[in-house]
Amino acid sequence: MSMAIYLLTFGLLIVGIYAVVAKKNVVKIIVGVLIIDYAVNLLLVLVGYRTGGQAPIQAADETAAQMATVAVDPLPQAMVLTSIVIGLALTALMVAMAIRLHEKYGTFDMDRIRQLRG
Amino acid sequence: MNALVPLFVAVPLGAAFVIVALAHAGGLKRLTGPLAVAAVVYNLVAAVIFLGVGDLSVFVGGWGGPGKTLGIEMVCDGLAKLLLVTINLVALVSIVYARGYMRRFTRVWLFEALFLLMTGAMNGVVLAGDLFNLFVFLEIAAIASYALVGFGCEAEELEAAFKYLVLGAVGSAFILLGVTVLYSLTGHLNMAKVAQLLPAAAGPATMLAAASLLGGLALKAAMVPFHAWLPDAHPSAPAPISAMLSGVLIKASGVYALARIVFNVLGPSHPYATILMVLGTLSMVVGVLLAIGQWDFKRLLAYHSISQMGYVVLALGAGAGVVAAGGERAIAALCIFGGLFHLFNHAAFKSLLFLSSGSIEQQAGTRLLKEMGGLSRRMPATSFCCRIGALSIAGVPPFNGFFSKLVIIVALMLSGHPVLAVVAVGVALMTLLSFVKVQRYALEGAPGARSAEATEAPASMVVAMASLAVVCLVAGLAMVLLRDHLFTPAGDALLRGFEGAKDLVTGAMP
Repeated sequence: MSMAIYLLTFGLLIVGIYAVVAKKNVVKIIVGVLIIDYAVNLLLVLVGYRTGGQAPIQAADETAAQMATVAVDPLPQAMVLTSIVIGLALTALMVAMAIRLHEKYGTFDMDRIRQLRG
Repeated sequence: MNALVPLFVAVPLGAAFVIVALAHAGGLKRLTGPLAVAAVVYNLVAAVIFLGVGDLSVFVGGWGGPGKTLGIEMVCDGLAKLLLVTINLVALVSIVYARGYMRRFTRVWLFEALFLLMTGAMNGVVLAGDLFNLFVFLEIAAIASYALVGFGCEAEELEAAFKYLVLGAVGSAFILLGVTVLYSLTGHLNMAKVAQLLPAAAGPATMLAAASLLGGLALKAAMVPFHAWLPDAHPSAPAPISAMLSGVLIKASGVYALARIVFNVLGPSHPYATILMVLGTLSMVVGVLLAIGQWDFKRLLAYHSISQMGYVVLALGAGAGVVAAGGERAIAALCIFGGLFHLFNHAAFKSLLFLSSGSIEQQAGTRLLKEMGGLSRRMPATSFCCRIGALSIAGVPPFNGFFSKLVIIVALMLSGHPVLAVVAVGVALMTLLSFVKVQRYALEGAPGARSAEATEAPASMVVAMASLAVVCLVAGLAMVLLRDHLFTPAGDALLRGFEGAKDLVTGAMP
């Protein structure tokens, strides 16, 4: 069962990469980047997850060691929050650039946005 | 001294925020430029002072009381110090140059704030002793650089910035994937801890982690075949930013991180050494072949960046191969010295070339070599600096590029790769050829269509270029001195591998 979740996450990653590589529309490429981001974030949460685990909040009558035996790992959750914030900055920048690109070229089609030659 | 280590990151980041505030405070707007220069000067002075201090390790946050190892570790060892000096030297020259160059742009304060954000984040990358921290600083530097590439907001610049952003974001996602897998294997994020625990936890998942980390970082370093974004992105940025991107960003967030991960986290073993050497050789050859046919000056320089970084990665890979085979330590040290020396030299001469291409672009109004010509008479100081940069990258003695290429070629011979040494010589000759073309079309000959009316660049730009030209000459002549005080400690930090990393952590443990 747990393996299936990892495989699904991996599938999400592949979907994102497919969108970035194969799609020609700027907005679809942005969505692809976001899907890749979410797949990695999901994996990060899964790594710290434990089936039936509790929220990592230390009760008054509990020591840290006791909590560690029943709670999920809090560190990946902190990492995921950071990663989501970075993703937000990235999304804002991508969308802002897409708007400016549309102003200059009048299209979202990557095939027609090509003044730079290899 | 320990308390001063986080300031390398805090000062530029703080100054960036103050600059944004000052820009909105009416009459204080004039202060943003001097403040930006002051922040970078502080960093460079501090970096040079830290050269004289031993290795430091600080746990920012310091939860659990003094001496405890909870918190975010910053490691200031030999390699970090070398990179700090390089980054802040190029940053200082670029920001001084920008005082003259950026006059034609509006909202220069925005440029200065983003510039400091990028510099501070690069300092953070080289000081990070923690995998997730490394990722976060890589992202801050990358996001600032995406915005700076598109700073002019012209059609081509936006197109280049968008391409760079999409590829960079995919690369970063893979780096985070690699960090996640390493965390799930070892339960730690601290590089030294991961390195200690990884051999016991190794399995098929290690390969996944290594592949995503190396792939993501190779993309950041623009190694062939992950190089497609670089020739678009670097020439599209304003010249001081081109100098920063080619001069230090691909090194700090690409090559440095690759070296750190391979030597100090995964451990130098045969597969990784081979991957580095293949990437390095491919970049070296493909980069120079693509560069030869270019007529756009900045694009030509960008392709040479790929090729020159190939030298560095090849030398580091050869060093890792010697360590993995249990060969002589002196040969491995020579390989790594060659790589790191070339890294420093490339920062100096490639920044110099990008800055001079920027002043030619500004004064003559063109980037195309065929439209230039006769510039050595119209712009004597710029042409002189440009010529020194060209001689350095082409490997002509007594400039620094000659010595570092020589060391790399000798090291390749000694480490048992004579074929690669011959390839490196061939690439050096093609580089020379390509820069003879630059000299012939840009600086000599009859004045071209656009260069007849060109005048010399403003003083701040000439001072910036001249100081890098001096670095190019001095770094070559003072090679032995620099090796003993700068590069040998840096190489040791890589060669110590797990052992050194372990000392740094356990030394701080209660």
